[in-house]
Amino acid sequence: MKLFGRKLPAMSSLLLWGLLWEIIGQLEVTFFVPPLSEVLVTLYSIIGTKAFLKALSETAYAFSSGVVISILIGIPVGILMGTSRIVDEILLPWVNMFLSAPLTALVPVLMVLFGFGMKSIIITTVLFAIWIIVLNSRAGVMQINRSLVEMARSFGASKMDSFVKIYFWAALPEILGGVRIGVIRAVKGVIIGQLLISIVGFGALFELYSANFLMAHFWAVLLVLFGLAFSISEFLAYLERRVAYYAAKR
Amino acid sequence: MDMSQIKDAVVPEVDVAVSVRGVSKNYGEVEALKNLSLDFPRGQLTSLLGPSGCGKTTLLKIIAGLLDATSGEVEVNGKIVTGPGPNRAFVFQDFALLPWASVLRNVAFGLELRGIARSERESIAEKYIKNVGLAGFEQSYPHELSGGMRQRVGLARALAVDAKVLLLDEPFSAVDEQTRRKFQEDLLALVQNENKTFIFVTHSIEEAVYVSDQIAILLPRPSRVSEIIRPSGFRDKPVDQIRRDPEYLDIVDKIWASLRNYVE
Repeated sequence: MKLFGRKLPAMSSLLLWGLLWEIIGQLEVTFFVPPLSEVLVTLYSIIGTKAFLKALSETAYAFSSGVVISILIGIPVGILMGTSRIVDEILLPWVNMFLSAPLTALVPVLMVLFGFGMKSIIITTVLFAIWIIVLNSRAGVMQINRSLVEMARSFGASKMDSFVKIYFWAALPEILGGVRIGVIRAVKGVIIGQLLISIVGFGALFELYSANFLMAHFWAVLLVLFGLAFSISEFLAYLERRVAYYAAKR
Repeated sequence: MDMSQIKDAVVPEVDVAVSVRGVSKNYGEVEALKNLSLDFPRGQLTSLLGPSGCGKTTLLKIIAGLLDATSGEVEVNGKIVTGPGPNRAFVFQDFALLPWASVLRNVAFGLELRGIARSERESIAEKYIKNVGLAGFEQSYPHELSGGMRQRVGLARALAVDAKVLLLDEPFSAVDEQTRRKFQEDLLALVQNENKTFIFVTHSIEEAVYVSDQIAILLPRPSRVSEIIRPSGFRDKPVDQIRRDPEYLDIVDKIWASLRNYVE
């Protein structure tokens, strides 16, 4: 964006919002919004503490396991749905249902099935992330140029060759888009899991801080979470741009 | 023209590389091909020519093993076709290049699928890239090339697997007229220099007569071979003399006369 003929650095709108936050905080409009500066100072003070690092590692573990599982299952299932009519007919209603379902309501059921530990949290994360990855991989495969598939067959490709060397790459721009949205949903999933199932990780911190009205602490952890989710999502967007050169020419 | 006359047209002692015998192909109720028989002499270029919808591409894909015939059989070098095989290579109308792969990997792709080691397949690919006149473009990507150059990549890929039979599905229809003429000349040289059998689908009469040793005219609904023409007089002439040869002009006119009733 340009302002008065000068090119503004990326995300400079954040500065504006940060300033507004600071002003509202300083005016003491509500205890809910402490000044940004106070939040940042609090962030600096808690970021090295044992409790914070423990929460970070617990959350990172649940989050990354959930995302990895979602990707490893979601992409092949999506590709399979895109290539096989029968598989598609069988699975599509469920995928669409779970994509729009209020998954939070399912969490108590998961607790009954899988207990109150890390396992249930990871499964919650997967349930949040996987469906959009499946749907996007499916969509990517369905728009593939048929003659690429024929070409591979004519040169003797096995089914597996076609999956790995043709379908996956041809659908990659859509797959990456799906993974990016899936990752953002996984952040939601992991925190909801931590809040509802067992009070661990960042969920425990949120619970602790909001129950004690430590709003600066609350916002500090939220900022960290936002920062992490944003960086991962930007990294995936960067990968998407890397394959964009062929996205329009398949 | 009926079947008996077609039999007469085929010289019996010709060495046949590909033989199509009684092939029919139905799509539900629709008969795309009906009891079609045709021989393709070794080391020569045979064109399949006909109006759109006459099933020429269907026939080519059955020979390639990409489609199954409803009945009848195809024999390539004495072996019945049951699917795609290493004795045939296909050149696609829309090039069918991997947009995410370099020219080098695209040309080597057929070899890659055959499990040939990277260094070996890349040196083979480099040779054929040079042969089709694309030296220096090994690391380019398809979207950086013109249509004509892309089809050269498709051709190099088909040549690289060293199949004895090359199947070309309207390979020049997506390139511009001047590039197309250059391609036709290069194709003639290719037929001369490589000891391969070419099966060439086209809807251009001039193109078919220009490049072919044998032209099979296919008529639609249901498809059958109506006529086989073997140009004889101008095949050994220089490429720039062919289009002014009286026999060339006669054959073009004759084919048009028999096809014009089938053009909507």
